[in-house]
Amino acid sequence: MLRQLAAPALIAGLALAGSGVAAATGEVHQEIHDYQFSFEGPFGSYDQAQLQRGLQIYTQVCSGCHGLKFVPLRSLGDESGPGYSDAEVRAYAEQNFEVFDPELDDYRPARPTDNFPEVDAVGAPDLSLMAKARAGFHGPYGTGINQLVKGMGGAEYIASLLNGYTGEQMEQAGTILYENTAFPGGWISMAPPLYGEDVSYAEGQPEPTLEQEAQDVAAFLMWTAEPKMMARKQAGFAGVLFLTVLSVLLYLTNKRIWAPIKKKG
Amino acid sequence: MAGIPHDHYEPKTGGEKWLHSRLPIVGLLYDTIMIPTPKNLNWMWIWGIVLTFTLVLQIVTGITLVMHYAPDTDIAFASVEHIMRDVNGGWALRYLHANGASLFFVAVYFHIFRGLYYGSYKTPREVTWIIGILIYLLMMGTAFMGYVLPWGQMSFWGATVITGLFGAIPFVGETIQTWLLGGPAVGNYTLTRFFSLHYLFPFVIAGLVIVHIWAFHTTGNNNPTGVEVRRGSKADAAKDTVPFWPYYVIKDLFALAIIMAVFFAVVGFMPNYLGHPDNYIEANPLATPAHIVPEWYFLPFYAILRAFTSEVWAVQFVSFITGGIIDAKFFGVLAMFGAIAVMALAPWLDTSTVRSGRYRPMFKWWFALLVVDFIVLMWVGAQSTEFPYDWISLIASTYWFAYFLVILPLLGVIEKPLARPDTIEADFDARKAASGSGKAPGMAPAE
Repeated sequence: MLRQLAAPALIAGLALAGSGVAAATGEVHQEIHDYQFSFEGPFGSYDQAQLQRGLQIYTQVCSGCHGLKFVPLRSLGDESGPGYSDAEVRAYAEQNFEVFDPELDDYRPARPTDNFPEVDAVGAPDLSLMAKARAGFHGPYGTGINQLVKGMGGAEYIASLLNGYTGEQMEQAGTILYENTAFPGGWISMAPPLYGEDVSYAEGQPEPTLEQEAQDVAAFLMWTAEPKMMARKQAGFAGVLFLTVLSVLLYLTNKRIWAPIKKKG
Repeated sequence: MAGIPHDHYEPKTGGEKWLHSRLPIVGLLYDTIMIPTPKNLNWMWIWGIVLTFTLVLQIVTGITLVMHYAPDTDIAFASVEHIMRDVNGGWALRYLHANGASLFFVAVYFHIFRGLYYGSYKTPREVTWIIGILIYLLMMGTAFMGYVLPWGQMSFWGATVITGLFGAIPFVGETIQTWLLGGPAVGNYTLTRFFSLHYLFPFVIAGLVIVHIWAFHTTGNNNPTGVEVRRGSKADAAKDTVPFWPYYVIKDLFALAIIMAVFFAVVGFMPNYLGHPDNYIEANPLATPAHIVPEWYFLPFYAILRAFTSEVWAVQFVSFITGGIIDAKFFGVLAMFGAIAVMALAPWLDTSTVRSGRYRPMFKWWFALLVVDFIVLMWVGAQSTEFPYDWISLIASTYWFAYFLVILPLLGVIEKPLARPDTIEADFDARKAASGSGKAPGMAPAE
């Protein structure tokens, strides 16, 4: 498995707290681009090909430092998710991850019943829920006005972050920080993980430019954070529809019941 | 039920008579559901049913969530993700439950402000009002502890900040704080007791709701005129009222269906909008979030808590005369609880003999200002404590107290109320005639 990760990122990741300090002290100025994702809006759904591309980037780049410990590998077979076949999921799990099995008291290749492994060696945060945990950049103190008006959320933040490196660096308390226009405070301890052409996509897929890769992995992380989004939107739609019909019927019933009371006298 | 004269349940068949002489439960249900209700109630009287429904919704979804949740700091966060990913329909249960809390508070705030405007707290309904305030306090406790259970960053730090308030109480504060937490800081022992109480309180609330309903079924409902139902005879009472079933059951269900449609839209399309994103980060005692913000429904009282800093002369004065026992922190805590206490005392602070705000020309404006004040407090509670927010929250907090402690007592003395209708029937007929010519279809019943 390819792990194209710059060495400085590993070291920088050790000082995760450094990024927290930068966030707390600095003026919060973030440039978040409103990327268009297929899953936006009440009827939007995940783009399966995009999730698969995102998984590829996660596997080949991000997974060097970041885990996805809450995500079961079997969910890669979800219809509304990446939608791989059972055999593909099994092969993917075996080829890419090893997990510790307390019964064997040893490591073994991962199975679909396992979760993605936890990676905490370098102090990099787990990415399972990152797209939901970072949905609050919008508006003062996460009032979420942009989320409401523009449909912006954590996926936009992640894509903007991956695109937001200016190339500037500085050293602070022995840690190299990288300037990033999307990160709160402007300086992040994660080295630029993507440059474009980091992976080679399958035939018929878009060119792996930085912009494209960033959006693909952001979409994938939205899925890891909210795998049941499609079921949720369908249930919401059915619920609203049913309740609207029920409201109309109850309105008519109510009008009819009250008619004699209103007429009397 | 006592109060308004009406027909009571008469058992007819042999079986009914047999049961009735042993346990008059059918009669109790009949009298409850057929209670004579003023026929001029408007749309602000629907929130009681919405609240009852929401309580049931919260208990049902909550009990189901407990089947899959683990109150242990090592796995609580993971067990919530287990609910979201592995449990059939678990995501729906959790989103319904989390947003259900918001629905609960939306409804209770409408319900409380309805009571404040139409004078529902005034004699003889003080007990209903006091029980209502108790329910509200329990709701706040339940919601706060429920928010701790997912063990996210806001759970942990919210618990730390709020239990810290009790630490501000002079002399016994630290002991109380330790007792609440179960230890020196927020930890596993805190989570387990919060979980236990979060499960218990809703049933206490349910019991109080029954008492709340019992109390106002004894006095009869208030209504938009504040004029009492005529109780001289059954015939008189019947002119002012309609039985709760079917008239108000159907009307309330209609309103509930619309509110549920909005609720389902929120749950289906923006379930995390009202929550704080930081709560999707597992609790970390070593990393303090940049801004610790309570849930939206606590913000007005959170703003009052923060408003009284040591720079306010009143705080300095109180601190001086109490020899520093009441410092700024404790003053803020007292103000926050006092803000709810003055609301509970409204029946005795309001000196006006006129119940409904509809016939009180000056009161109307002060009340409108109170509503604006509440919204301003909610907004400023989410802002920083820098200028100008510190001043805004101080002024808004002061108005909250001034309304209950100064304006309500004074208005009763200086205000000249408008003429009120003699009976509910007269008001109902007059409004019917007015709307009959104007034909306002949507608001047809009872408005």
